[in-house]
Amino acid sequence: MLSLLWLVPALPAAGFVILTLFNRHLSRRAAAVIGVGSIALSAYFALSAGLDFMVNPPAGHAYRQVLWTWFDVAGLRPQIAFYLDAMTVVFMLVITGVGLLIHLYSAEFMRDDAGFTRFFMYMNLFVAAMLVLVLADDLLLLYLGWEGVGLCSYLLISFWHTDPKNVYAGRKAFIVTRVGDTALVVGLFLLFTDLHTLQIQPLMAAAQQHWAAGSGVAAAAAALLLVGALGKSAQLPLQTWLPDAMAGPSPVSALIHAATMVTAGVYLIARTNVLFSLAPDVRFTVAVIGTLTLLYAGLSALAQHDIKRVLAYSTISQIGYMFLALGVAGWSVAIFHFMTHAFFKALLFLSAGVVIESLGGEHDIFRMGGLRRRLSLVFWTFLAGAASLSALPLVTAGFYSKDEIIATSLGSVDGGVWLWAGALAGAFITSVYAFRLVFIVFFGETHTEVTSRPGRRMTVPLVILGVLSLVGGFVWMPEWMGGFDPLARFLETALPTTAMTGEGTGGSAAEALTGMVLSLAGIALAWLFWMRRREATAAWAARPVVARTQRFLLNGWGFDWLYERAFVVPVKWFARVARDDLVEPVVTGIAWLNVRGWQTLSSSQNGRLRTYLAVAGVGFVAAVAFVMWGWQ
Amino acid sequence: MTFLFYVAAIVAVVATLLVVTRSNLVHALLYLIVSLTAVAVVFYTLGAPFVAALEVIIYAGAIMMLFVFAVILLDLRSDEAERVPARAWIGPAILGVILLVELTVAVASSHSGGPGTSVPAQRVGETLFGPYVIGVELASMLLLAALVGARHVADRRDEPEEPDAPGNGPPDEAAS
Amino acid sequence: MIAVVSAGHGLALAAILFAIGFAGLLARRNLIVVLASIEIMLNAAGLAFVAAGARWGQADGQVMFFFILTVAAAEVSLGLALAISFRRYLRRLDVDRAERMKG
Repeated sequence: MLSLLWLVPALPAAGFVILTLFNRHLSRRAAAVIGVGSIALSAYFALSAGLDFMVNPPAGHAYRQVLWTWFDVAGLRPQIAFYLDAMTVVFMLVITGVGLLIHLYSAEFMRDDAGFTRFFMYMNLFVAAMLVLVLADDLLLLYLGWEGVGLCSYLLISFWHTDPKNVYAGRKAFIVTRVGDTALVVGLFLLFTDLHTLQIQPLMAAAQQHWAAGSGVAAAAAALLLVGALGKSAQLPLQTWLPDAMAGPSPVSALIHAATMVTAGVYLIARTNVLFSLAPDVRFTVAVIGTLTLLYAGLSALAQHDIKRVLAYSTISQIGYMFLALGVAGWSVAIFHFMTHAFFKALLFLSAGVVIESLGGEHDIFRMGGLRRRLSLVFWTFLAGAASLSALPLVTAGFYSKDEIIATSLGSVDGGVWLWAGALAGAFITSVYAFRLVFIVFFGETHTEVTSRPGRRMTVPLVILGVLSLVGGFVWMPEWMGGFDPLARFLETALPTTAMTGEGTGGSAAEALTGMVLSLAGIALAWLFWMRRREATAAWAARPVVARTQRFLLNGWGFDWLYERAFVVPVKWFARVARDDLVEPVVTGIAWLNVRGWQTLSSSQNGRLRTYLAVAGVGFVAAVAFVMWGWQ
Repeated sequence: MTFLFYVAAIVAVVATLLVVTRSNLVHALLYLIVSLTAVAVVFYTLGAPFVAALEVIIYAGAIMMLFVFAVILLDLRSDEAERVPARAWIGPAILGVILLVELTVAVASSHSGGPGTSVPAQRVGETLFGPYVIGVELASMLLLAALVGARHVADRRDEPEEPDAPGNGPPDEAAS
Repeated sequence: MIAVVSAGHGLALAAILFAIGFAGLLARRNLIVVLASIEIMLNAAGLAFVAAGARWGQADGQVMFFFILTVAAAEVSLGLALAISFRRYLRRLDVDRAERMKG
């Protein structure tokens, strides 16, 4: 079934086209069937292709399907071709699988919305673009998918576009990621100019051949790609757009801003890992940025009171973990965490969506509370997701992936103690904010009543994701637990293995114990603060120093304030100044000229005989003169 | 003969100038008759007695009579002709002068100097009904067409009632 | 043959008369005077033909004048009929009144 690989991105694209063309003629039911059905079919073909790949791996553990040549200009000859290897299989299955669950959920979540068909239009386009991105054999095609997901992110964030706040959020997301996209394009230019191809496998081979390790050009290319990844994955310093992107509907947050689009940066770096290995300094920067980001976002999440913003910062933080893993050459580990994160983060967002809707649109967690009994199914699934996020030992998928990252951050030859310490601290903070959320939202007294309950289409995806969040980690178990790691073996066929230093190969049980203790300690602390002694916590939070700190963390450490002053205000000023630039008078002048010309010409049609006679007379005299003397 | 020519020419030019400048309509027409008669004399000095006669009979006679009758029938009085301010003559005068210069230069640089010969009426008749006989037939057709056309154009039967249309002045008591 | 005036003189006179008629056509507002100016110009053109015919001693010049005369007669009759209609529609013989084709 590998030959039907092209159907995987084509089916959602076809869904998009059909929904666009027949937008006004489709009933809700038809739109839902097409929207969800296209993803379902795509998931089916993805699954069959993936299984085929796993059972009968093709030569070299990679499958390539060429569709056609895109264009041929000046030596650049990209093809529309798909490349499937182990990493791509994982991404593809996650995108279509989790995507299918989210689409199913959306069919009910968006049922009362006037833009129902439009929603599925954009979502299908998004899935198609994301699949193109991960399946692309050529960096230019990858960039096509990259831009496509950026566009859909913008469209979906500002989905409820009648509220200017949402449009602002969409614009902000687009512009900030644009910074990254520009760097990415420049990186592509650099790669092509030096290595004359953008096809990924030949490109990596050429880079290894022509560029010395540690050379400037490799570092430049890697750095540019890194900036591109930073934008899309909302890492420091381009992370400001993701919290505001929560203005979009919850399914959008789940699919785009948790499970898939924001991981595109991770995919990019993993795909071009050869390049990063040729530039060790840049790769180390990846790890540093990842660590700093996970700490930054974790602390910010502690102070948020909008349920979705907590989850947004949590996403930033967890992707920081993935970047950390990439930076210490733990390529497969990062992919493992991507997979588990997709499960529990999507689950958390979807559950949050149910909570918000059931409470009639309430986002503030301090106005929720006591939902454990009233929304019990949601409570259990949310708990599973939060536990996985906090890497609750042994029973959650998040534990296994996060533990592998922590172990790799110390054990890899490129790792270091400070990175390891940062990862551990981050794990602790994660547990605290995750369970803070659980305790405040689901326990305690009810401040807002439940007004509606979710239907089957919303609860079934929650349950499925909940189960995955718990058992999804058993495909890669650490050495000291038996070493059952089929996923690692599978990914090794596509990604380089991580070179580990002698001590602590694969992470010893003792090191893992540190992580487990911290995770549980975080849960305990959260329980203490927000269950046992709520009033004391509230009183403590009211103290001026604490309140100021909280406000600082709440505003994402002032990044928005900084960017506003450093970039937005000067650009706006400059735009105002440059409004009457050189080009404007030219354009206005042309218009003015046209109007004057019209006025002049129309005044010549004054209908008076004598005027016409005069004109004819002048013409006649001129003609006579011409006839007599004008032959030259 | 040359002397006669010059006298007649001067009369013609002066009379024509007066035609275009008079504000009194009837005066202008009378001056036109004078001008046409003078031109007839010029024809004679050019050795074309036949057309001299034609000019007097048809042009200065019939055609000008048409004009005069039109003036009478339309009940036009001198107040119908406007006073042309001197300023209005600037443009036409300039154009006229330019045209005159062009034509003069053209005439002077051509081979048309030299004495001519008179052409008697008999020769004219032979030429007219010889090679140009078709033209004669066509001329009669043309006159017939003009006759019928003029009768229809001036017909009073389907005259529209538009007293308040733009461009019209106030209806006068002699409304037709 | 009677000695006749050189044709150049005749042509010069024709030019002068034509120019005067042309100027009058452009300057005057009264429809009748406009028609009269047109007559002047036709007459001048005919004079030019006759002069040319006399120069070469051919009758063709006078024949042309004959035809011009015919055309002038037809034109005058139609023109005056139009003048009558004009006056009926627009109350005056002012050419400037006929500006319905404005714009």
